[in-house]
Amino acid sequence: MTRLAGWGGVPAVDARERVGESLAEVCRPASLTRGLGRSYGDASLPPHAGAIVASTRLGDRVLAFDRAAGVLRAEAGFRLSQLEELTRPAGWVSPVVPGTRHVTLGGMVASDIHGKNHHVAGCFGAHVRGLRLQVADGRELETGPDREPELFAATLGGMGLTGHILEVEVALLAIARPWLVIEVEPAPDLAALVARLRAASRAWPYTVAWADALSRGARLGRGIVIKGRWAEPGEAPATSPIHSRVDSRLAVPFNLPSWVLAPASVRIFDELFYRAHCWSAGRRVVHPDRFFHALDSIRDWNRLYGARGFVQHQSVLPVEAGDAHIVRYFETITRHAGASFLTVVKDCGAEGRGLLSFPRPGVSVALDLPMRGAATQALVDALNRHVIETGGRIYLAKDALTRREDFVAMEPRLAAFDAVRRAWDPERRLRSALSVRLLGDPG
Amino acid sequence: MKIAFLGATRGMGRSLARLCAKRGDAVALLGRDPDALARSARDLEVLGAGAVAPVPCDLAAPTGFGPALDAAADALGGLDAVVLSAADFARPAELDADPARAVRLATLNFTHSIAFLEAARVRLLARGGGTLCVFSSVAGDRARKATGIYGSTKAGLSHYAEAVDLRDRPRGLRVVLVKPGFVRTGMTADLPVPPFAGEPEAVARRVLTAIDRGWPVVYAPPIWRVVMLVIRALPRFVMRRVEF
Ligand SMILES: Cc1cc2nc3c(=O)[nH]c(=O)nc-3n(C[C@H](O)[C@H](O)[C@H](O)COP(=O)(O)OP(=O)(O)OC[C@H]3O[C@@H](n4cnc5c(N)ncnc54)[C@H](O)[C@@H]3O)c2cc1C
Repeated sequence: MTRLAGWGGVPAVDARERVGESLAEVCRPASLTRGLGRSYGDASLPPHAGAIVASTRLGDRVLAFDRAAGVLRAEAGFRLSQLEELTRPAGWVSPVVPGTRHVTLGGMVASDIHGKNHHVAGCFGAHVRGLRLQVADGRELETGPDREPELFAATLGGMGLTGHILEVEVALLAIARPWLVIEVEPAPDLAALVARLRAASRAWPYTVAWADALSRGARLGRGIVIKGRWAEPGEAPATSPIHSRVDSRLAVPFNLPSWVLAPASVRIFDELFYRAHCWSAGRRVVHPDRFFHALDSIRDWNRLYGARGFVQHQSVLPVEAGDAHIVRYFETITRHAGASFLTVVKDCGAEGRGLLSFPRPGVSVALDLPMRGAATQALVDALNRHVIETGGRIYLAKDALTRREDFVAMEPRLAAFDAVRRAWDPERRLRSALSVRLLGDPG
Repeated sequence: MKIAFLGATRGMGRSLARLCAKRGDAVALLGRDPDALARSARDLEVLGAGAVAPVPCDLAAPTGFGPALDAAADALGGLDAVVLSAADFARPAELDADPARAVRLATLNFTHSIAFLEAARVRLLARGGGTLCVFSSVAGDRARKATGIYGSTKAGLSHYAEAVDLRDRPRGLRVVLVKPGFVRTGMTADLPVPPFAGEPEAVARRVLTAIDRGWPVVYAPPIWRVVMLVIRALPRFVMRRVEF
C-alpha cells in the first residue's frame, strides 16, 4: 500500500500503485492511471482505499520523432521535461505547456491542459494526432480526431475516466530560437489588469497575469501582466542550455511544521519566488523555463503548506457575464482571507474539442488556498456560486472541494460525457476519487 | 562506444542505455521480450543512438549467450563494453513458499549470470580488452535476514567480478562492479521505500561515469558506500538484533 495524494497533498488515499515498464500490463487491473500526480486534488486518486492505480512513471519510451514534420509519438509516461530536452535543440517545442515541466503526456491529455497561449493555440488536445487507449474491457485501440472521435473527445480532459492512455502522438510547434522575448507590465488595479491582459492577448502569443488577491479597496487585484513570444533569429542565440538553468536550485526539504502559519509561508514563498525571477518591468530575452515553468525553480514548494496541504481553485468566468463579476469574485476571496500567494489570471480563447475540457472564452482565475477545513470549504462554495451564476466552470485537474450538485449545475456537457462512458464502460470499471465525488460513481 | 546490454528494457539498465544513446553510442539490446525490445530499440534510436540492434537472448537459456553476443558484435561492428543488469527477483515469502522458485532465482542470478559474463569476457579479451559492467547489489555485501538467497547470489557475483578484475585487467579488461542500494524501479515497486532510495536515472549517470573512468566498484546512490562500511563492520550478534 502506498499513500497517494495530488500536488496539494489533500486528500490522500492508501492505494496499491502498480509500476512497471509495460503500460498495457500495468494498467489492465487498475481502476485509474496516474502520471506524476501534479494535478492538485483527487483527480489522480483511486475511488477508494486499497484500489489499484497504475503509474505510468516507467512507461516513458519515445516511439517516433519526425524531425522534419515535428511530430512526436511516445508512451504516456513520457515527461514534458524529457520532451523539451529532446525536441528543443531540434527546433520544436510542445504546442501547449503548463506551469511545471514535471507532467506526463498522459496527464496532459487527460487534463487537456491549457497554457499561456490558450487564446491562440487552444488546449493540448487540439494538437494530439492520435492516442492509443486501453478501454475498460481491456481492449486496446487507436483513437484520434477521425478514429472513434467521440471516445477521443471524451478522453481529452476526461480525467482518466474513459480509458488508460498508453501512447500519445502530438504535433509540435516550430521555433526559430530556443529563447523567449518577454515584456512585463504592472497594473495598479483589477480593472487595469484585466484590460491590459486582453490587450496583450491581441498582440502576443503568450500572456498571463499575477494578481495580488490580498490587498483591498482601490488596490484590489493589482499585479503584473507578462507577455511572451519565441525569439527571432536576430534576437537570441541558436542554442540554449539543455538542462534548465533555473530548475531546482532551491528546494523545500520537508513539510514545514504546522506552527508555520500559512500567511508566513506565503510571504516566504513570494520572497523566494520574486528574488529567483526578478520580475521587473520592461522587455528582455529569457530562458524559456523561466517564463513557462517558473515554479519549478523551487523544488517541492508544495511542502511550504505543511502536512495539512492546500487546495487550488481555478475557474473561468465567461466574457458574456461582464467584468463586474471579476471584481465581485476577488472581493469574495478577500472577504474570506484565503491567503493565496500567486493568484494567476489568464484570458481564455475558444472552447476546444474535449467534452469536459476546462477553458472557454472568459477570464480564468487560479487560487492556492491553504487547507483549513470548513473555512476553506466555505470559500470554495462561495466561489462556486459565482461560477454557477455567471455560467462559468471549474478546472477538474485542480479541484478537491467542489460539491456534486454545484458541479452538475455548472456543467451542461455532463450528459454527453456520460453517454460515452456508458458505451465504453457500462460497469464503471474506471473510476477515481474525483468521479465518485463529482459524477456520482460508486465508491 | 559500442556497447551490448542484457536487461536494458527495464530498470537501471534501461536508464543506462538511454544515457549511452543520448551521447550517440552504438547499442545492442539483448533481451527476451520481442515487444519490449522493439519499443526500447525505437526509444534509443530517437534519443540519438549511433546504431541500435535488438538481439533475442534470455538469461534462462545459457546456450544462447555466445551466439547473441556474436550477433551483437556483428551488428555493431565490434564491442567495447558489455553490461549485465538483468536479474531475477522475488520476495522472501515467495521463495519460502516455493523451493523451485528459489532454485530458479539462484540459477539465473548466479550460474547463468556467470555463464553470460564468461561468454562476454572471452569475446572482449579476444579483441584486446574492453569493459565488463556487472550489476550486483549492496545485498551481496553482508548477509541479512530478509534477503538470504538473492543476497548470496549477488555476493557470489561480486566475488566473481573482483576475481576477473584481478586476473584480466593487465590484459586490457576492465570490470565495473555496480552495487546499487534500493532503487525505485519496476523490480522494487511493491516494496516499502526505505531511506536513501535512489532513482534509476541518477544511478545510471553514476555508472556511466564509472564505465568511462574505469572505477572498479561503484555504489549507487553513493551514500551506500558509507552505509555498507558500517554494516559490514557490525559483529554478528548485532546483526542478529538489528532489523536491517
Ligand atoms: C505548478 C503547477 C502548475 C500547473 N500549471 C498548469 C497550467 O498552466 N495549465 C494547466 O492546464 N494545468 C496546470 N497544472 C496542472 C497539471 O498540468 C495537470 O494536472 C497535469 O495533468 C498533471 O500531469 P500528471 O502527469 O502529473 O498527471 P496526474 O496528476 O498524475 O493525473 C492527472 C489526471 O490525468 C489522468 N491520467 C494521467 N495519466 C493518464 C493516462 N496515461 N491515462 C489516462 N489518464 C491519465 C489521471 O487519472 C488524472 O485524472 C499545473 C500543475 C502544477 C503542479
